[in-house]
Amino acid sequence: MTRKAFDTEIQKIKDEVILLGSMVEHALLGSVEALKKRDIKASEAIIVEDKAINRKRFDLEDQLVTLIARQQPMAQDLRLLASTLEIVSELERMGDYAKGIANINVRMGDEKLLKPLIDIPRMANKGVDMLHRALTAYASNDAETAAGIPVEDDEVDALYNQIYRELMVFIIEDPKNIERANWLLWVAHNLERFADRVTNICERTMYIAHGSFEEIKQSDDEFWKSRKPSDN
Amino acid sequence: MENNNYAIETNDLSIHYGRFTAVKSVNMKVERQKITAIIGPSGCGKSTLLRAFNRMNDFVPGCFVTGELLLDKQNLYGKTIDPVEVRRKIGMVFQKPNPFPKSIYENIAWGARINGFKGKMDDLVEQSLRAAALWDEVKDKLQESAYALSGGQQQRLCIARTIAIQPEIILMDEPASALDPISTLRIEELMQELKKNYTIIIVTHNMQQAARASDYTAMMMIDDKRAGSVIEFDDTKTIFMRPSDKRTEDYVTGRFG
Repeated sequence: MTRKAFDTEIQKIKDEVILLGSMVEHALLGSVEALKKRDIKASEAIIVEDKAINRKRFDLEDQLVTLIARQQPMAQDLRLLASTLEIVSELERMGDYAKGIANINVRMGDEKLLKPLIDIPRMANKGVDMLHRALTAYASNDAETAAGIPVEDDEVDALYNQIYRELMVFIIEDPKNIERANWLLWVAHNLERFADRVTNICERTMYIAHGSFEEIKQSDDEFWKSRKPSDN
Repeated sequence: MENNNYAIETNDLSIHYGRFTAVKSVNMKVERQKITAIIGPSGCGKSTLLRAFNRMNDFVPGCFVTGELLLDKQNLYGKTIDPVEVRRKIGMVFQKPNPFPKSIYENIAWGARINGFKGKMDDLVEQSLRAAALWDEVKDKLQESAYALSGGQQQRLCIARTIAIQPEIILMDEPASALDPISTLRIEELMQELKKNYTIIIVTHNMQQAARASDYTAMMMIDDKRAGSVIEFDDTKTIFMRPSDKRTEDYVTGRFG
């Protein structure tokens, strides 16, 4: 029995997922860059481009469901297609975080940034780097690499904590800073969630290879551990 | 503690044609009132194994069996066993519907009569046809020839004929491969009804059918000497979602076979 046609379809799907991933990476880095430069036009473009991300996700979902119906996959093939459905939905949400950051920049209007952005671009770079490697691992069915990525989320969480503390200091110093601190806190929160979703993608890649669900890391662990009431 | 949940057990069951071993060392425990599917590529010995379960291979010259086939702890290949009695307890439905060239009624009644059935024949015919989900379609034409029925109906008639003998186990050798998709689904639904009272073992080439309809699946393969064996036997979900043998994975995903 030849399954060349099916293998070609699977490869096509994987290529499209990588493409969707790069659209998301581009949007996220662009959203932070636009905020840094207070470039409202660039942010507005990112909001428009999010529609293309959503469209691509639906196209992929349609292709995946069609492939499941026509090929009636079993075992690893079925796990791959079912997991890819999940991954494309994760990517679409990650695109929404980029759009969220773009929206913040637009809504800030001509208000100045509370502080120059240093750790926020670091969070974005780290998250995008993790996503890129997670999708490479997915496409090459490399569960070992996928298993090693989620732990790096601690770096993103640490940056988030640092930004949070810093912004609190600004607020305590002068409550007039609340509004502008809040904008940046939301940006950081979006970036923190972005990196969490990379973990979900890695878990799927491991499921495809091993056939069992393994939760690698509780999302938000680091952040909430440092927010116990006793600490305040 | 004895586990009474098994309808059939095999101990190193091998099937030989003269010096050639067709099926080697099968160790299987078939659970009662469940559907067990046997899958594997063509020529791997699925049908040979199925036929060994009710001694149909006795008819093949030169064919003999080693090892044990236990039904209720009794070796069905024991010297004192009457193969006719074995086939009464373990019925078989074949790939091609094979009704007798007689009326619908007689198709059911004949076997029962030969087996010494003494009760009310009309009741047995109705019960058997109902159990095979055929009664409503044939109740007004019981005296018509079985050949007047469609392929799917003929197959259900053959199942009714098997049930009429009140076996413990029903063997099915690709029972739906000659039928259209709707008739196939009816047979599969019928199997789900039948397993409430019977143990079913089915050989199928249709992997989706095994995945849909069975509780357990045995995967068979031939080795380099062309002897077939059961390489993996597990619950159906495991076989189709996460088989432990690479060859099973390759077969269910269509990489060979």
